[in-house]
Amino acid sequence: MIKVENLVKKYGELAALDGVSFELNEGEVVGVLGPNGAGKTTLLRILVAFLEPDSGEVVIDGLDMSQQLFQQKIKGKIGYLPESAPLYDDMTVTEYLIFVGKMQGIEADDIYEKLAEVVEKCGLKEKKNAEISTLSKGYRQRVGIAQALIHNPKIVILDEPTTGLDPNQRIEIRDLIKEIGKSKTVILSSHVLSEVKATCSRVLIINKGKIVADGTPEELENKGGKNKATIHIEVEKIGSSLLPRLEAVEGINNIEVIENRIIIVSDMENDIRKDIARIIIEEEHGLLELVRKQVDLEDVFINLTKE
Amino acid sequence: MNKILTITKKELNSYFNSPLGYVVVSVFLVIVGWLFIQTFFIIGQATLRSFFNLLPILFMFIIPAVTMSSWSEEKKSGTVEVLMTFPVSAVKVVMAKFFSSFVFLLIMLVLTLAIPMMVSDIGSPDKGIIIAGYIGAILLGSAYIAIGLWISSVTRNQIISFLVTVTIIFIFYMVGNSLILDTMPNSIAAVGKFLSFSTHFDSILRGVISLSDVLYYISVIVFFLFLNARAVSLKSWK
Repeated sequence: MIKVENLVKKYGELAALDGVSFELNEGEVVGVLGPNGAGKTTLLRILVAFLEPDSGEVVIDGLDMSQQLFQQKIKGKIGYLPESAPLYDDMTVTEYLIFVGKMQGIEADDIYEKLAEVVEKCGLKEKKNAEISTLSKGYRQRVGIAQALIHNPKIVILDEPTTGLDPNQRIEIRDLIKEIGKSKTVILSSHVLSEVKATCSRVLIINKGKIVADGTPEELENKGGKNKATIHIEVEKIGSSLLPRLEAVEGINNIEVIENRIIIVSDMENDIRKDIARIIIEEEHGLLELVRKQVDLEDVFINLTKE
Repeated sequence: MNKILTITKKELNSYFNSPLGYVVVSVFLVIVGWLFIQTFFIIGQATLRSFFNLLPILFMFIIPAVTMSSWSEEKKSGTVEVLMTFPVSAVKVVMAKFFSSFVFLLIMLVLTLAIPMMVSDIGSPDKGIIIAGYIGAILLGSAYIAIGLWISSVTRNQIISFLVTVTIIFIFYMVGNSLILDTMPNSIAAVGKFLSFSTHFDSILRGVISLSDVLYYISVIVFFLFLNARAVSLKSWK
């Protein structure tokens, strides 16, 4: 459905995308994960033909996007919600959605039917006559999603659809995305991991313009170490004698120190919490917290995108 | 064509959904009316010459106020990203934006028809010259609009959009001024005279609509709309 090959986009010296390649199949719900400034928005903007890359290839539904002739056709196949849901504030929800419907080429006879459909689907019934400037962030986001769906596109691309929403709104939008994902190819970007895990069948982690991981959320967690556990420790202070003693404990793969926190990666089957706790107490470093958990997407993300 | 009309309608609505549209029209009418009446009775002739002479300067400030937000506001709020990812070519969007400002210009000019009606009541002005004057005003205003839209498409700041447009129009206006032309060698003066809005406008005001004057304005409009489309469109890449 979507094929991207060796995409490069530079802003001056800075490479926002540096050789990105991937292929997406029909019906996949893909989360593009990455820290701020990793190139997520740039990638999505290229996919919707809003930006042109410096080099590389994009083929959407068999159409090569480098051909200006195809760009119109490609745009018609995609529903796009840019970051922070930009809308025309002086219009009402209905006016705006009708405007978008007409721009997407929906026939005048069908437009009210399509409007009713997306209003229903996105939960906008109560607000359909409200002026957009009066809507809350959650409702703006819904109008943005409704706008991306009105012409029933094959592909839906959402740039940070849940950023800036409160927890309840997040869950509502998340459910809505799941619903959309049943019938369409969806690409969404996010830096909230739990979101991606809850909604996406596939994750692309992107850092500094490069794809650093690609797979289902479970695959990535396994890759990060299926049989690995992380132990998060917080102490009052870290003395020089502590680390050598910890390193000597059997079953430790990796130790990382961030200020007064220590993160230890160890084998899952081998529970070394007792040993560690004993050492810290003997060294009188003031143990405040000690938690062990299986490696999850968050650890994978942090690991792949640090530095 | 339908999509062009859809955008044009939306743009016109947004002019009149906000106070800006009404303020611009009112300011224009009050100033033009006042300045015209002030000299009209002193001259004591049934002519609209002084009315038309006001337009190049007045439009210099009124038209940029109409066009300043056209693209800048969309860029600032991010709506341009939605607009330009609709399945419609950049050229059509540019034309739609131009038509909406053009209709706004026509509305302003229609409202000034009270002036020739009043003058016709008092005396008998030359109707041909009045019609030529209005055609000239439409062409001049449209050229200003094309410049304003282009500038608006390259900045997200409305104030900058306004000021730069005023400056560019001012330069185009001044290069035909005899004070400037007299200081230049003949060859350059000829170019300045040709490029200037005012020389072509003055020649239309004499009541003769020559093809070269019309072509001049149309080329200016097409040229700046082309720059505008370039600024907002995606080129094909390889």
